[in-house]
Amino acid sequence: MLAEKHADRINKIFAKYPDKRSGVMDLLYLAQEEYGWLTEDALREVADLVDIDPTQAHSIAGFYTMFSEKPKGKYWLQVCTDLPCALRGADTFYRELCAYLGVEDGGTTDDGLFTVEQVMCLAACDRAPMMQCNFHFHEHLTIEAAKELIEKLRVQAQPETQEDGGA
Amino acid sequence: MIHILLRDLEIPDIWQFDTYTANGGYDGLKKAVHDLSPAETIQIVMDSNLRGRGGAGFSTGRKWSFIPKDAETTYVVVNADESEPGTFKDRQLLEKNPHQVIEGAMLAAYAIQAAAVYVYCRGEFWDLAHALEDRIEEARQANLVGDDILGTGWDCDVHVHLGAGAYICGEESALLNSLQGLLGQPRVRPPFPAQMGGGLYYQPTVVNNVETLANVPWIIVNGADAYKKIGTPESPGTKIFCVSGHVAKPGNYEIPLGLTFRELIYDHAGGILNGKRLKAILPSGASGPVLKATDEVLDAPLTYESVAALGSTLGSASFILMDEDTDMVWAAAKMIHFFKDESCGKCTPCREGTYWLDKIYARLLRGEGTAHDLEMLEKVPNQIAGVTLCALGDFAVNPVLATLEHFRDEYEQYIHQPEFGPEPAQAL
Repeated sequence: MLAEKHADRINKIFAKYPDKRSGVMDLLYLAQEEYGWLTEDALREVADLVDIDPTQAHSIAGFYTMFSEKPKGKYWLQVCTDLPCALRGADTFYRELCAYLGVEDGGTTDDGLFTVEQVMCLAACDRAPMMQCNFHFHEHLTIEAAKELIEKLRVQAQPETQEDGGA
Repeated sequence: MIHILLRDLEIPDIWQFDTYTANGGYDGLKKAVHDLSPAETIQIVMDSNLRGRGGAGFSTGRKWSFIPKDAETTYVVVNADESEPGTFKDRQLLEKNPHQVIEGAMLAAYAIQAAAVYVYCRGEFWDLAHALEDRIEEARQANLVGDDILGTGWDCDVHVHLGAGAYICGEESALLNSLQGLLGQPRVRPPFPAQMGGGLYYQPTVVNNVETLANVPWIIVNGADAYKKIGTPESPGTKIFCVSGHVAKPGNYEIPLGLTFRELIYDHAGGILNGKRLKAILPSGASGPVLKATDEVLDAPLTYESVAALGSTLGSASFILMDEDTDMVWAAAKMIHFFKDESCGKCTPCREGTYWLDKIYARLLRGEGTAHDLEMLEKVPNQIAGVTLCALGDFAVNPVLATLEHFRDEYEQYIHQPEFGPEPAQAL
């Protein structure tokens, strides 16, 4: 349960605002971090914490692109294909990335490691093509650089025992 | 070249508290709380004629002056939900010169005697927002934020609030709803944010853009007259121009208002990528009408008034440049797709209208467009603009109407030559 496990963080969130309802977005982030995605139970927990109806928590979760009510890959790649990035080759980059991962637009790789999606402008137009991988930006991308990143993440995602075995 | 805002270009470590204070940082806040009354602080900003840098260009001092003097609880909200396609200036300010934004916000807070400041950062600025919390803590440790600021008895804390990916939350009333934990949709106005019942937690609130606030410390230290010596009388000061698209040197350029389009594009941003010819300019991201790159446009000064006279808007000064090979129907389709995706769904004309426009563009790009589609593209915008609660509806029609006005022949080609169309790479 979030309330027990993250009591300190939750108190810090509530301390920022005169109304605890304002903490709902921070709590949705916390729940997503804890459970990987916003499950029914997670949404109910958050709703209880801020005294709103679970349907209201649902509607807030569904309104924003950074919350997910479905399981995503361990690495959630969001590629900006908006006009400024597209003028610098983002559409081609995105198609090549999908092809490299062997997924359709919006798909997740079979091993559950990567979900790839198009997103709207991420305020990095001067460094296009670019994408967000979970919470971090990767900019000035080429498909080669993206492939390198993906392979690095694949290695990172290996269970630790295997890494130890290799060492 | 004077950098009032992008001071990291001269002082790379300006993001550090000690470097910032060693270079005059927080002198504006100290001057205000020790030597100026809140009313005098507002008056200086009003006299400077600083205009809001988020897009609307409204007088910052006047905005502050609308806060009722008898209000018990007021707030300052920093709009750092930078989401307009082509805009990436607030990000550089918050990353590279964050204390100046904090100081500007504290000056606004002092001017209206705010109970607290909230910085609404778009969720994608995750790393930046967490670093900003560390910068705020440094200011708190130095007694510039928090309780009994500089021994004056005034309390005001600064908090960071993370959005989670919604363009509409850059619209101030939607932002306030989002900050209150409500759905991020615009409010019916009046009451406006500065009025009782219209702001954060329904208390009078000033909502200012990051870049706007970053100007304030300089104005307080150097005075309104000094500020007005930069730029033009109606559009004083410097402005950060975000230049992207087919440009040789994409990036942020802080220049005095009043330079020409040509100077910005060719002298500062290095001209057009690969030596191509410039075809079209979006001076305010996807929201403002596109301009054809004629000599008349290129020689026009970059001021709020002059860009308006050309039939567009300076807005947040996000310059997306498009070269001679750009397919303008495709470009309009991209922008419409953006607005369709970002329409919050509250007002029917915007929700349904952007959906219809998006479908029409998809049809055109597939080579299945008809003359009837062109008629629809002319009619649908009239049913969106002016009849929605916020400006997203008005913005959404600009890509359609402006490209139809300047590049109608390209639409005709799509209809009369079905084989005509973008490269498959572009037709996602």
